Amino acid sequence: MSERPAVTARTPQQTQERVAQSLRRRYRAERRFRFYGMLAVFLGIAFVVFLFVTLFVQGASAFRQAYVKVDVHYDPAMIDPAGTRKPEDIAAANYQALIRVALQKRFPQVEGRQATRELMRLVSSGAAYDLRDRVMSSPSLIGRDETVWLLASAEVDQLLKGKVPRQPNGRSGALSARQMDWIGQLTASDALELRFNRTFFTHGDSRDPEQAGVWGAVMGSIFTLTLTLLLSFPIGAAAAIYLEEFASRNRWTDLIEVNINNLAAVPSIVFGLLGLAVFIGFFGLPRSAPVVGAFVLTLLTLPTIIIASRAALKGVPPSIREAALGMGASKIQMVVHHVLPLAMPGMLTGTIIGMARALGETAPLLMIGMVAFIVDVPKGFTDPATVLPVQVFLWSDSPERAFVERTSGAIIVLLAFLVVMNAAAVILRNRFERRW
Amino acid sequence: MTPAAILVVLVGLTLVAYTVGKHRALAVVGGSRGIRNLHSLPSYYGALTALWCAVPALIVFALWMAFQDGIITALVVSHLPPDLRNLTPSQLGLALNDVRNVVAGNVPFDAARPEIQAAATEYMSLRETSRLALAGLVVALGVVGIVVVRAKISASLRARNAVEKMVEWALIACSLIAVLTTVGIIASVAFEAARFFSKVPWYEFLFGLHWSPQTAIRADQVGASGSFGAVPLFWGTIMISGIAMLIAVPIGLFSAIYLAEYAHRRFRAWTKPFLEVLAGIPTVVYGFFAALTVAPALRGWGTVFGLDVASESALAAGLVMGIMIVPFVSSLADDMITAVPQSLRDGAYALGATKSETIKHVVIRAALPGIVGGVLLAISRAVGETMIVVMAAGLAANLTANPFEAVTTVTVQIVSLLVGDQEFDSARTLAAFALGLVLFLVTLGLNVLALHIVKRYREQYE
Repeated sequence: MSERPAVTARTPQQTQERVAQSLRRRYRAERRFRFYGMLAVFLGIAFVVFLFVTLFVQGASAFRQAYVKVDVHYDPAMIDPAGTRKPEDIAAANYQALIRVALQKRFPQVEGRQATRELMRLVSSGAAYDLRDRVMSSPSLIGRDETVWLLASAEVDQLLKGKVPRQPNGRSGALSARQMDWIGQLTASDALELRFNRTFFTHGDSRDPEQAGVWGAVMGSIFTLTLTLLLSFPIGAAAAIYLEEFASRNRWTDLIEVNINNLAAVPSIVFGLLGLAVFIGFFGLPRSAPVVGAFVLTLLTLPTIIIASRAALKGVPPSIREAALGMGASKIQMVVHHVLPLAMPGMLTGTIIGMARALGETAPLLMIGMVAFIVDVPKGFTDPATVLPVQVFLWSDSPERAFVERTSGAIIVLLAFLVVMNAAAVILRNRFERRW
Repeated sequence: MTPAAILVVLVGLTLVAYTVGKHRALAVVGGSRGIRNLHSLPSYYGALTALWCAVPALIVFALWMAFQDGIITALVVSHLPPDLRNLTPSQLGLALNDVRNVVAGNVPFDAARPEIQAAATEYMSLRETSRLALAGLVVALGVVGIVVVRAKISASLRARNAVEKMVEWALIACSLIAVLTTVGIIASVAFEAARFFSKVPWYEFLFGLHWSPQTAIRADQVGASGSFGAVPLFWGTIMISGIAMLIAVPIGLFSAIYLAEYAHRRFRAWTKPFLEVLAGIPTVVYGFFAALTVAPALRGWGTVFGLDVASESALAAGLVMGIMIVPFVSSLADDMITAVPQSLRDGAYALGATKSETIKHVVIRAALPGIVGGVLLAISRAVGETMIVVMAAGLAANLTANPFEAVTTVTVQIVSLLVGDQEFDSARTLAAFALGLVLFLVTLGLNVLALHIVKRYREQYE
């Protein structure tokens, strides 16, 4: 047996001192703990702010684009020498030459092939297509003069936005000293400036940053999500109604329930594997098509919608059901006429949140080939298409510096869609959801 | 007739069926005056007719569309010239692709080789025949449905009960889709994985230390078989998820504690949705942010401290992933903490505990099962996360413990193996499904474990 330590006699002052010490220590720990909590909240908020500020600073410039003002003469001899005015003849003309003539008129001192080529490089290769589209839509322009703003090349655009530094020898990035001189002259005469970037909102993807737009991806997203909504809302609502209103609790419905809860936590890429193996491998549906994307996203969002819809149905008080049944309604009439209208706002809120998740989903769509480089804007559910988040992924891989701002720009567009959808969900919940 | 046109015709026929059924029901009892003799409302007789018109036709339509392409392709292949038919499966697949491109109009008809042209012509004519047959069959089924039900309509026909039975079956079918999805995932992934394991033994896959899934273009190429040891992938996944959890658990837990226990009600009302924004941002945005902002910054700081940070480091991906997961941890922990009854806190205060002591010794312990469950769910989220690691973690299968080096994960490899054109038979493609199977099983296990812990150890108050 060990000896008990002798109780040391303490004076009251000593005891008070000890208590005060321990209290100081404990209050210090309290303050420290509280500080950690504040720090954690602050870190989270700081990251949100940092992320959004970074994206907007990088991406805001994507909505503006450098344009060059030139006086173009629509020379009939160059556009339509035969004078047929047939669309296919007008389409086949060399509009690049038209631009060259106009630029040479602006800079008469430029001579020689090399210099002319450098001059042409100030303007995007897409400018010729824009001119062609202008002439195609109004052939009466042929033979007349017009002042047009032509799309400038990505290098000029980045220089104007201050993204490439000027070097001491007068060069800058890929631009030669000569080109810098012309750019200076154009800027001085207000013939080169940053204007609203329409191309970004009207064009599909392109290898040239200045011609690349998000419209193709936006349309792809719209097609995919429309079909997803048309499939997943009815199926999800029906499944929720069955499980909540009709199914008796037995092993079978328990299995379905466990299943739905687990599916909600399966990584999205696994749904992509399912889509690849079943829809493309087994049923032979086309790759890169919004249909397959919609099928995969339907399966992915179903658990979310079912869980939210069940919660909404649970929120309808049983007295409503009993009253309907008491008046002689059948079970289906009771659900369709009374329970469903009351639960609808909640179900729709859940569906919108599910759709917002589907809109941001990337990984499963990579699996089913929606990552292809697609220039044309899709026109239907089976056309090859890509979607907004995948477009972000594709552009973020591009080495050109000009694509960085476009990626951020596309992200801003994507986030804008998400904000609208979530705002709709919040409004729906606040305005129409009833509390009993 | 295109499939869409067939569907439009069917919709029209269904509307006709509805009117026919409704009018027939009224006619049977002698107009609206005898309506009380009908068992159900006239609209139910219309609905019954419409359902019998549309449902069988739709089922046939769906089955036909699902199998039409396969059958036609098989027919076209069997009529191909022998030299084409005897090609290896992959070359045959290429030829078939040519045929499909011609059919779809992606390639002008005249630009194709003559044998492809012939096959395409046959394909198109077969497809036209098949579509005509389908249109005939669908319309015939619809009309038969209308005629049969119309003949059966009588005053005592229990139309409402029949319609409601069918609606209930439809509801059951919809809820079965969830089960079918699980079955589909397991069946498809396991089937392809089994084919992979018939080429590469499972122990080599699970325990091999070397991952280089190159497949041979020529048979005599060096390293033709590739090696499929997945341990570096598992390690990379564990490391990045670990870094993510090191960020997410403290930040998530402490912010939940602060918001639930300390913060003013109004501060909480503003801050909580703000933090939950993190959960709504698409992962591709995080990936872009990790690759273009965080990774270069880490590299820059690394050079300041004399560290060599790879431009695709595990640290950058893990950090950003951790931030992404914060709201999952914090909202689950918040729910659990607010569920702890006030009486427990009051008891601790009565014993003289400070607020932080109460939280540490009473509240957190009472909420622990829920918090552990939430953390497990967050881990499963981190393991399955794809876009951040694809964009920020890179492809190098390094077996390293250094967080500044590049590692790769299971999901990155699935993406890199399957993106782009590939054939279904190569070990390379099948390896992705084997990885998918592992991923599915691991996340499923984590979820089941999390739910089990929450259910088993949760304290029931009141």
